[in-house]
Amino acid sequence: MAKTLFDKIWEKHVVQKIEDGPSVLYIDTHFIHEVTSPQAFAGLNKRGIKVFRPKQVVATADHNVPTLNQHLPIKEELSRLQVEALIKNCAEHNVELYGLGHPYQGIVHVIGPELGITQPGKTIVCGDSHTSTHGAFGTIAFGIGTSEVEMVLATQCLLQSKPKLMRINVEGELNKGVVSKDIILYIISIISASGATGYAVEFAGSAIRSLSMEARMTICNMSIEMGARCGLIAPDETTFNYIKEKQFAPKNNEWNEKLIYWKTLFTDADAMFDKEININAKDIEPMITYGTNPGMGIGVTKNIPAVNNVDEKEKTYYEKSLHYMGLEAGSKMKGKKVDYVFIGSCTNSRIEDLRMVANFVKGKQKANNVEVWIVPGSKQVEAQAQKEGLDKILAEAGFMLRQPGCSACLGMNEDKIPAGKYCISTSNRNFEGRQGPNARTFLASPLTAALAAITGEVGDVREYLN
Amino acid sequence: MSININIEDEKKKNLSTAKFQSERKVIQSVAVPIELENIDTDQIIPARFLKATTRDGFGKNLFRDWRYENNDETKPIKDFALNNRIYSGKILVAGKNFGCGSSREHAAWAIKDYGFDAVVSSFFADIFKNNALNNFLLPVQISDVFLQKIFEAIKENANAEIEINLEEQYIKLLSTGEQESFEINKYKKTCLLNGFDDIDYLLNIKNKIEAFEAAS
Repeated sequence: MAKTLFDKIWEKHVVQKIEDGPSVLYIDTHFIHEVTSPQAFAGLNKRGIKVFRPKQVVATADHNVPTLNQHLPIKEELSRLQVEALIKNCAEHNVELYGLGHPYQGIVHVIGPELGITQPGKTIVCGDSHTSTHGAFGTIAFGIGTSEVEMVLATQCLLQSKPKLMRINVEGELNKGVVSKDIILYIISIISASGATGYAVEFAGSAIRSLSMEARMTICNMSIEMGARCGLIAPDETTFNYIKEKQFAPKNNEWNEKLIYWKTLFTDADAMFDKEININAKDIEPMITYGTNPGMGIGVTKNIPAVNNVDEKEKTYYEKSLHYMGLEAGSKMKGKKVDYVFIGSCTNSRIEDLRMVANFVKGKQKANNVEVWIVPGSKQVEAQAQKEGLDKILAEAGFMLRQPGCSACLGMNEDKIPAGKYCISTSNRNFEGRQGPNARTFLASPLTAALAAITGEVGDVREYLN
Repeated sequence: MSININIEDEKKKNLSTAKFQSERKVIQSVAVPIELENIDTDQIIPARFLKATTRDGFGKNLFRDWRYENNDETKPIKDFALNNRIYSGKILVAGKNFGCGSSREHAAWAIKDYGFDAVVSSFFADIFKNNALNNFLLPVQISDVFLQKIFEAIKENANAEIEINLEEQYIKLLSTGEQESFEINKYKKTCLLNGFDDIDYLLNIKNKIEAFEAAS
């Protein structure tokens, strides 16, 4: 029988199916971090049990760490205690930790792939909704809550109901100035912030296949922003070339064996999806969000929808959202002044993102009215950026490369956008208060964010590209 | 500060008068309505309150930035349902796509810790739904039409009681007698009714998990 990519991986991981209930799903790799794991370890300790398969768990500190002076003790007491709890828990349970100061430390969804831990055909979970990122390699990867973190630590399994399946095909060539962030913001703007809830979404089509691994990760990363349980892309030569030679990638014979299996991971021609959406790459412009969920996005040249064009039931929400953002329905986003630029997060903090930004700002100067925070996704990204001299290009333009962490994406550490200020951000969520109480977020690609850093306002990057 | 404590006291009094025929099978209570869609977990519990290493005490920061002006506990935002003393009870009623965004289980802990036993909406985000179930917080998904009826009934009379019957899988507006059934998988229902959790289940089949590992 014809099978989808998702089915092939799912079926290989079902330990048993509960009648009229979920399946027991085996988890190959479990990433943990300081914020959503302490209560799970406490649960294990209370039951008097140890982590079942510590070698399949990888830890890092990312959500709550400072992005300056990481060599010093963390100033904020609660943050420090949380990071210390992770160190203690990992030591007690023999879990590998890439903590502060370690050359592999970084945002959990950046380090998994760059270390070669993320591989096709795996099941991967983490107590973080953006675990969907790893789906770019043809894995089933999804975010879980802390009780589920405890389950996986205790048994390497989870109880999961099989989601419905959706395929989104993006065909054709991308327009100039349009990058993968624009593709996913466009898709979410069409299907809404809840349009894929209950589904696993496979991204396919020539436009997706043309993307690098890092660009694919950006797409899968934001699957959760349309509600999807996970997003995935069939592995191909681009995937295999990315993984090969990575630190924890299979080597020699094991590589050859894995490759044979990985090459079977695609959706069969006649396989059926519960829902299929076709998108023409030509319709996608550089995108910007104006509202308070990632589905509220438009092409940068478009106007914010008029209230009359909004569904009657959603009007209250829509008006509240625009009021929070301090924006007028029907007005233009282009030309809107910004106060902060944040380039970072598990969505866009990889080396290609930094290269894209450095290449764009080279020889230009930062606008006086903006503050720019550039936060690399990991120590390895940071080191690579320094090796390539990107840090110098950024410094000459008036920007500073900070140290790795989740930073202003969620403002758990001190990197918060002040109340009422506008931040153009390469992160994934524009929710109220996400980047700090009463902060206002415009989500955009690294290119569109870089442009705003130079001009101090929202602009159309196509006007600046040859 | 004093204003708030009074409101909290008031609510506790109301809670104690809510009738519970059985702790888990039936929830009968008045409800707190938040008629807004896409309520994300960053609103339910903002990230800056996730620094704790225990599961307790998140209720006081539930909807923190919708509850207080400029994060100031002496300045409750009067219009917000949690601050409106006419509303109370064990049931939170909210617009569709409730709990979207971050996977933080702290959102479910905060709702439960505040005193709610059920959340009613026409649509729940996946991860939130699982987190709620794992904390014996019942997510009750109903039609848009019935949700609207509930909002209207509460608007008309803040003392309108709602009955949620998990055993029989229905939710009823006691003022009009109108009811609708809701879905929940049999496994989860058994867990909720009996106080079982998934970890117990999984620990009990450890030999099967080991056999699975050996075979793959």
